[in-house]
Amino acid sequence: MEKFTKLTAVAAPLPIVNCDTDKIIPARFLKTLTRTGLGKNLFDPLRYDPETGEENPDFVLNKPAYRNSEILVAGHNFGCGSSREHAPWALLDYGIRCVISTDFADIFYNNSSKNGILLIKVSPEELEQLMDGAERGANATMTVDLENQEITNSDGEKITFEVDSFKKHCLLNGLDDIGLTLEKETSISSYEEKQKASEPWLYA
Amino acid sequence: MSGPKTLFDKIWESHLVDQQDDGTCLIYIDRQLIHEITSAQAFDGLRASGRKARRPETNLCVPDHNVPTTPGRGGTDEIEDDESRIQLEVLEKNAAEFGLPYISINDERQGIVHVIGPEQGFTQPGVTLVCGDSHTATHGAFGALAFGVGTSEVEHVLATQTLIQRPAKNMRITVNGSLPEGCTAKDLVLAIIGKIGTAGGTGHVIEYAGPAIEELSMEGRMTVCNMTIEAGARAGLVAPDEKTFEYLKGRAQCPKGAQWEMAVEQWRKLPSDAGATYDSEIELDVSEIVPQVTWGTSPEDEIGITGVVPNPAEVDDANRRSAMERSLEYMDLKPGMKMTDIAVDKVFIGSCTNSRIEDMRAAAAVAKGHKVADSVYAMVVPGSGLVKMQAEEEGLDKIFTEAGFHWREPGCSMCLAMNGDMLHPGERSASTSNRNFEGRQGPGGRTHLVSPMMAAAAAIAGHLADVRDLIK
Repeated sequence: MEKFTKLTAVAAPLPIVNCDTDKIIPARFLKTLTRTGLGKNLFDPLRYDPETGEENPDFVLNKPAYRNSEILVAGHNFGCGSSREHAPWALLDYGIRCVISTDFADIFYNNSSKNGILLIKVSPEELEQLMDGAERGANATMTVDLENQEITNSDGEKITFEVDSFKKHCLLNGLDDIGLTLEKETSISSYEEKQKASEPWLYA
Repeated sequence: MSGPKTLFDKIWESHLVDQQDDGTCLIYIDRQLIHEITSAQAFDGLRASGRKARRPETNLCVPDHNVPTTPGRGGTDEIEDDESRIQLEVLEKNAAEFGLPYISINDERQGIVHVIGPEQGFTQPGVTLVCGDSHTATHGAFGALAFGVGTSEVEHVLATQTLIQRPAKNMRITVNGSLPEGCTAKDLVLAIIGKIGTAGGTGHVIEYAGPAIEELSMEGRMTVCNMTIEAGARAGLVAPDEKTFEYLKGRAQCPKGAQWEMAVEQWRKLPSDAGATYDSEIELDVSEIVPQVTWGTSPEDEIGITGVVPNPAEVDDANRRSAMERSLEYMDLKPGMKMTDIAVDKVFIGSCTNSRIEDMRAAAAVAKGHKVADSVYAMVVPGSGLVKMQAEEEGLDKIFTEAGFHWREPGCSMCLAMNGDMLHPGERSASTSNRNFEGRQGPGGRTHLVSPMMAAAAAIAGHLADVRDLIK
C-alpha cells in the first residue's frame, strides 16, 4: 500500500448525500480480476449519459478545472451500500487519495484505509467551509497533512481533524495489515486451541 | 467487561484474540463465504506473498452474482459472457489451488451465498461469519455475528483467520405488535429503515427484539437482518431460540449427536442478559403498518402503498430536499401521484432478501389463478437449487408459469444486474431486492422495493398495487 503523508491537490465538490457504491462504480464493472483500470468508470452514472455514453459536461470531474482532482469533498454518508472494494480501487485508479465528508459507511471506510486512501470526518460547519473552498475551480487547491491532522482550505484557513491512531500509523507507513497480524501467530494459535476444546464442532 | 451483556458483547468477547492499547482488536473469524466477484484479487494477494489459507475448511465458495438464470443454463463452460465465465473459472481454480470447499453451478446446492449458508448449516449461532458482500448481515438471523468485508479483508481472513476491528456500538430495535395481513418481514424492515434512515445504524450492530421479531419465521428474520446494511449498520442480530435450533437441526454442516446437544446448550446462553444496556434504543409498533413500497433512490425513501409521492417542497432540510428532488427526477415521478398509479415494466422476485421458500410460497399464493399483465415481464428467481426443488415439489413453479411468470435458475440475477437480467434505460420495476439505487438494476433503470406478495400483485395489476385488495 502506498504511504499517505501530505497531499496538496485540487479538491472537487460532490455535495450528494448518501452517495452509494453503485454510483461510485456500478456492478457491471465488477467483472474484472484486477485492482486497476476502474478509474475510467468511476462515478459512471454521473459522469456519462446512460444511453449515449457521452461525458456529462455538468459533472464536476468532467470540468477542466477538476479533471486532475486528488481530493473529494463529499456529502453525508459517502460510500453507503455494497462492500465492493472496487469503489476505493476506482477512486485510487482515477487519482483520488483523500475524501472529506461528515460521515462514511463503515465498510467503505475500512476498505479505503486498506488502499492508502485517507477518509476524513469533519463537522457539518467545516464541511460547508470546505465545500465552498472546493467550489473555487482552478483555485480549489487544498493541503491535507496527515502527520499533523490538518487540512488547509483553498483560502488558507486551517481545519484540524481526528483519525484512528492505528489507521494513521498504517497510512503514514504504508503498512500491510496481514504482515502485522501474522506477528500475532502465537495468540491466534492459542485461541484456536482453546476454542477447539470448548466448541469442538467448529473443528469437525 | 462485567455485568449484564448483550448478544453482540458475548460473541465479540468470545472471539477476541488480541487487543492493542489504542482499542484496536484482533477478532477470530469462524466462517467465510466466498463468491466470484470479490475474491479473485484476494487469492492473487495470497499467491503474490506466498501465503496459504490458514483453515481452508472454514470457507465455502459458490458462484452467484454472475451466473445466468436461464432455464437449463448448463455448466460454467456454457456461459456466453466471457468476463462472467472467466470469473467463475477463476473461482473454481482458486478454490482447488487453496483447498477450499466449492459448489459449482451444476450442483443442486448452488445458490446465493446468503441463502445457502443457512441452508447447509454453515451458519450457526454464536459464530463470526464474513463474506465479501454487504448482505452478509443476513446470517445475524441465527445469532451469528455476520458482516460484509472488502476484498483486502477476504484475503486477511484467508491468511490469518482473523480481522482487525474496533467494537461496534450496541443498538436495540424493539418491534412490538403483530404484522397485519398483507405485511411481511420485508414491510417491517422497510418501515424501520424509513424511520431511522440509511445512515441511522452507522457504527452499530442492531439487535432486533420484541414480539413481532419473535413471531417471524427464520426466513423472515433473515429478510430483516439482510437489510440491516441499508440502515448503515454493520450487522443485524436476532437472539437464537427454539425456532433457530429447529431450522438448523440435521443440516449438512451442523454438529450431530452429542455435539449437537453440547452446541445447543451453549447457544442457549447467547441471548442478551436481562438489564444489558444499549448505546441506543428504538421502539416501533407494526400492528398498524400497510404494505411498504419505495418511491426514491435510497431504501429510506419508503411509504405505505396507500400513500402518494412526497413533495420535496414540504421538507425543511436543504440537503434532504435536494436529494429528494434528484430522486424524483431520476424516478420520473411527480409529487402527489398516487403510488398505485405507477405502472411497472418488469417484476423481479428473488435476491438474498426474498428468494427463500417462504417468499416463493407467499408470491405464489397471490399469483394463483391470476395472469401477469400484458405490459409486464415478470421473473421468479429462487435463491438456491434446493429452494427451487422444494418449490417444484410443492407445485409453485406451475402456479407461476401458468400465471405468466418466468421460472428461472438460482442466482443474484436482477438484484444487481450483473448476469444479463436487467432493466433497460427508463424501465421501471417492482423488485423484492434490497437496493433502489440509481442504476442498480441497469443503467437508467428505476426500482421500487416491495415484498414478494406486493411484487406478485404489481405483476398482475401492471402497476404498483395494494396486495390486500387481491387477497381479500
